[in-house]
Amino acid sequence: MITPIKTWRFHGGVHPADGKALSNSVPARRAPLLERYTVALQQNIGAPPKPVVAKGDVVKKGQLIAEAGGFVSAPLHAPTSGTVGDVVEVPGANGGAIPAIEIIADGKDEWGSGLEPIPNWKNTDREILKKRIADAGIVGMGGAAFPTHVKLSPPPEKGIDTLILNGAECEPYLTADHRLMLERTEAVLEGAAIAAKILRVDRVLLGIEENKPDAIAALKEKAGQYGVTVVPLHVRYPQGGEKQLIYALTGRSVATGGLPMDVGCVVQNVGSCAAIRDAVVEGHPLIERYTTVTGTPVVDPGTWILRLGTTVEQALTFAGGVKERAAKVIMGGPMMGFAQTSLGVTVTKNSSGILLLQWKETSGYTSNPCIRCGRCVRACPMKLLPGPVSVMVESENYDEAERNYVMDCMECGVCTYVCPAKRPLVQHFRRAKAEINAKRRAAKAKQA
Amino acid sequence: MLITILVSAGVVAAVGLVLGALIGFTAKKFEVQTDPKIEAVQELLPGANCGGCGYAGCADFASAIVTKDADPSGCSACSDAMLAKIAEVTGKAAGKKEKMTAVVFCSGSFSRAAQAADYNGVLDCRSASIVAGAGGKACRFGCLGYGSCARACPFGAIEIRDGLAVVHPELCRACGKCVNVCPRKLIRLVPASAKIHVYCNSLEKPAKRRKLCKVPCLGCKKCVRTSEEHMQMQGGLVRVNYSNPPEPDFLDQVKCPTGALQLEETHRRIEALKPAAPAPKKEESK
Repeated sequence: MITPIKTWRFHGGVHPADGKALSNSVPARRAPLLERYTVALQQNIGAPPKPVVAKGDVVKKGQLIAEAGGFVSAPLHAPTSGTVGDVVEVPGANGGAIPAIEIIADGKDEWGSGLEPIPNWKNTDREILKKRIADAGIVGMGGAAFPTHVKLSPPPEKGIDTLILNGAECEPYLTADHRLMLERTEAVLEGAAIAAKILRVDRVLLGIEENKPDAIAALKEKAGQYGVTVVPLHVRYPQGGEKQLIYALTGRSVATGGLPMDVGCVVQNVGSCAAIRDAVVEGHPLIERYTTVTGTPVVDPGTWILRLGTTVEQALTFAGGVKERAAKVIMGGPMMGFAQTSLGVTVTKNSSGILLLQWKETSGYTSNPCIRCGRCVRACPMKLLPGPVSVMVESENYDEAERNYVMDCMECGVCTYVCPAKRPLVQHFRRAKAEINAKRRAAKAKQA
Repeated sequence: MLITILVSAGVVAAVGLVLGALIGFTAKKFEVQTDPKIEAVQELLPGANCGGCGYAGCADFASAIVTKDADPSGCSACSDAMLAKIAEVTGKAAGKKEKMTAVVFCSGSFSRAAQAADYNGVLDCRSASIVAGAGGKACRFGCLGYGSCARACPFGAIEIRDGLAVVHPELCRACGKCVNVCPRKLIRLVPASAKIHVYCNSLEKPAKRRKLCKVPCLGCKKCVRTSEEHMQMQGGLVRVNYSNPPEPDFLDQVKCPTGALQLEETHRRIEALKPAAPAPKKEESK
């Protein structure tokens, strides 16, 4: 067995109160069947999928309702059997309105995905497995929603030698991956073995934070059979950041502007691994996921198996509603999630959590000047200079911000968390990244 | 002691005289000849360096007018009187230009537009527009009200009143800086002779527009039916036909049911408007 070279922690980071005790001991519950689902038509990074059904069509559970809109795209499937309704607009988690296909359930919940199970995947061609993953619409379920089949198709010259499974779940409050690893241990490991076969790698490392001892024990018991090494990690946010995880597990640093494949690694979320296993072994496309519905205002916090297209309002109803007034509804975790303005937001492939916060748990921002204390610099896991760069952005000096590597910012929110002047640093960086990307696109369009 | 003071004062004075003479000599000997016209023209230009003419500031534009035959009317900030004076200096006929002004096509102030959220972040429209629930107002098309345009304006012609950008046409010189910074693309330069405008940019379904704002244009086309010469549809929005704008008394003929069609003066004094639409019910957020 290969042991990791180093288990050092990464540079910087913070350790916020994690709030995981609210939901981590509650077994995941399957949400009851709803009468209506609205499946958003943009659930992945890349091209949006194109609908292939019309109003009035009868669909089975798992049937294709929208095909991939390109190579970097993922298809969508019906969350239950029923009739296709209108194309409606639903609020997107990142703001704005996105089109969604309405599915009116018939209550029978009959499978009909048209994907044949491949129980004997060990003797199946890699391309067939890869195609199955693409057909099942699997994307990175940790948050980024990058199509998994693209990640599993690295150019051969990259020399991939390590598959890393991301079970760190460093975001406070979220326990979806924790419950998944505990309850579907073998599914996660089998999915990892399938991904390892596709990538032709022997070294599979599963990084998991030490605050999940029960999941670590369960994984360690079974990991040997599937050729996976379980590596407990320091509890520190953002341990689950792709580059931080690679560094902690292998000691390799991804260069600025680079990708994990440049250092021979592919990182997959554990949820995606379980989805890979379901797609290959059972022939089930990705239509449901583990989502944590939590927060102090929630009556019965816990992890739920929600189908895609469930609205936040319905998810909160399953969790018993709210017992006190919430100040913020967040899709995702408190550090990187997006505060919502509507409860009509739907669960998508990357909805790891629905979090409600009380007013006293939130923190406001001010536009106070930077006091140059340097806490953000010590905390930044990407070793950037958040304070000075934010001042550059405030004066709209994007060229200078670019020279100071603002594009490497992954918006983990650590700098904003530690800033004593309560400056909205991440928002400044998002703005800078948007402006620089627009400038690059314009320069590219000029060249072409 | 006295001697020391006198000697040192004398030495400094002598050195100063010699160097002064040297500077005077070199200034005469190596003088760069500039056209006095350029300086005269530059004096007449507004000096705001807004860049609206496409040159790198007023000095650059002045030399372009004198040496490269640039048209002085390319300066959108110049008044007609100034253009005439520039024409006098350069001896060339000034081109005629129509006075333009910026218009913010929204009248959803904080008290009129429905709020979807409390926005707490960078107080800048372009920063606010990249987060979910952009800026707090429920309307996706309206003015965010954080004043990116007001800060961009070199003439101080834009003011934020109750979360709505309003233009003071007497100060606006139509340089177009605000047009480019608005993330919602709400600002357009239109002929200043037009005094009434349709202050709404929403492409929502009409029923939803009414929910989101007290003064939406519902697209009922009452104004278009009243006069198709003056009013027209532009990409799903009702707009004044700026090549033939209506007179202010057109308002009394139309009686816009929501008040989105209003006088530029009314838009500026936002408290003066009495909307006909009933106040939308405020949605209780959980």
